[in-house]
Amino acid sequence: MNDASRSRDFDIAVIGGGLVGSSIAWGLARVGQRVAVLDEGDVAQRASRGNFALIWVQSKGLGMPAYSHWTLRAANSWPGFANELKEQTGLDLCYERPGGFHVTLTDREWLHRDALMKRLTSQPGMPAIEFEMMDHDRVKAMLPQIGPTVTGASFCAADGHCNSLRLFRALNQAMQMLGATYLSNHIVDRIESAGGGFRLFTKGGEVRAGKVVLAAGIANARLAPMVGLNIPVRPQRGQIIVTEKTQPFLRYPIATIRQTDEGGVMLGDSQEEAVDAVVGTPVTAVLADRAARTFPQLGGLNVVRSWAALRVMTQDGFPIYSQSAAAPGAFAATCHSGVTLASSHALVLAPLLAQGQLPADVLHSFSTRRFDVPEAA
Amino acid sequence: MFQRLLESQGAMVRVTIDGQPYEARDGDTVAAALLAAGFDHCRTTPVSGAARSPYCMMGVCFDCLVTIDGTGNRQGCLIRVRDGMRITMQRGKRELGQ
Repeated sequence: MNDASRSRDFDIAVIGGGLVGSSIAWGLARVGQRVAVLDEGDVAQRASRGNFALIWVQSKGLGMPAYSHWTLRAANSWPGFANELKEQTGLDLCYERPGGFHVTLTDREWLHRDALMKRLTSQPGMPAIEFEMMDHDRVKAMLPQIGPTVTGASFCAADGHCNSLRLFRALNQAMQMLGATYLSNHIVDRIESAGGGFRLFTKGGEVRAGKVVLAAGIANARLAPMVGLNIPVRPQRGQIIVTEKTQPFLRYPIATIRQTDEGGVMLGDSQEEAVDAVVGTPVTAVLADRAARTFPQLGGLNVVRSWAALRVMTQDGFPIYSQSAAAPGAFAATCHSGVTLASSHALVLAPLLAQGQLPADVLHSFSTRRFDVPEAA
Repeated sequence: MFQRLLESQGAMVRVTIDGQPYEARDGDTVAAALLAAGFDHCRTTPVSGAARSPYCMMGVCFDCLVTIDGTGNRQGCLIRVRDGMRITMQRGKRELGQ
């Protein structure tokens, strides 16, 4: 084997260089795997560049307590994860965990929120999630700038946020510092399982690896059948507005409003079925209106940017972690919470992938087998 | 640093810059008035605190941001001086507003 071909031979190839792929790749490199990350180019429509940067626990897991456990575990390991990345790269992820609010603007919204939180937390097998339903006065004591029409909020001490662009950059830098090979413009056209490994035919040439992880977001739907998996995902559009940088006023992240470490205020929260990432005025108008009702002072700020991005949604909204029975050594990871779950993808999932086998409890909850149950069952 | 052209005309208006009285010429933009008054910068940036002065003078670069009559992040090159206008150096992030 000559040097050129050896340099394209890896223990494991991660397809997708977004937050999910990068977290896994860093985690793999961290446990000594020789990793290649096959990524799209700069034109990639990445959820990783459009996200809201929350590390969010409250409201996760209705219908699947295992997802709530998984989320809480990720949120709890974020401090160590952020520290390790900072020590390695010198990049501050601006991680904070002051607790987070979900604000309601009408009595009906408050009652709805209250009912949802009760339904969520009373499920059998749920972890203990510290949350509190607060009335207007209680919220105002913590968020003095709220407007008179805020009826209350749910508050969860486990919630936090970070600078997700820094997270993305830190992971990319850190994985390469640990020896991972990052290959841009390597869109995968075809995967062949051969001799206990995989041949990946890409726009940038062929790459060989002993194992392969599909972490390509929406493209996992296209790639999965190549390794005998079925990953049903669809794009869901989210839109975000960001204001000019202003004096710090918001200590806590709110599900739809947060002030970044540099002072800009991000307003987001839309869930639309869509295939393109186009910004639409009606949606952003609602975002801005709700934000100005929550914090009237925001009304005086200029908007400097707005954007749309596509969330990666599974049928039930929960992550998919699967391994292929037909092509052992092929795995898939798909989720829409690439920021929150980044820590667990790196510190928990990646070592399992390095071992080459997902444990039964992970597969039981998160594999695509859950979609195979007949509707009537 | 800058001198007015001899043929420039117009009545003088009174403004304050950081509380001090200055004269500007009717028709000046705020950015032009700051340069004519000898200021070498009009703001410090919101993240690193670096000094910035008017640059493109045509509304594109957003480096001439100043606080005008209490409102921050105004583009000095696109706003004309008015008699009695209060112009303030913008130091870092703008105020949240009322």
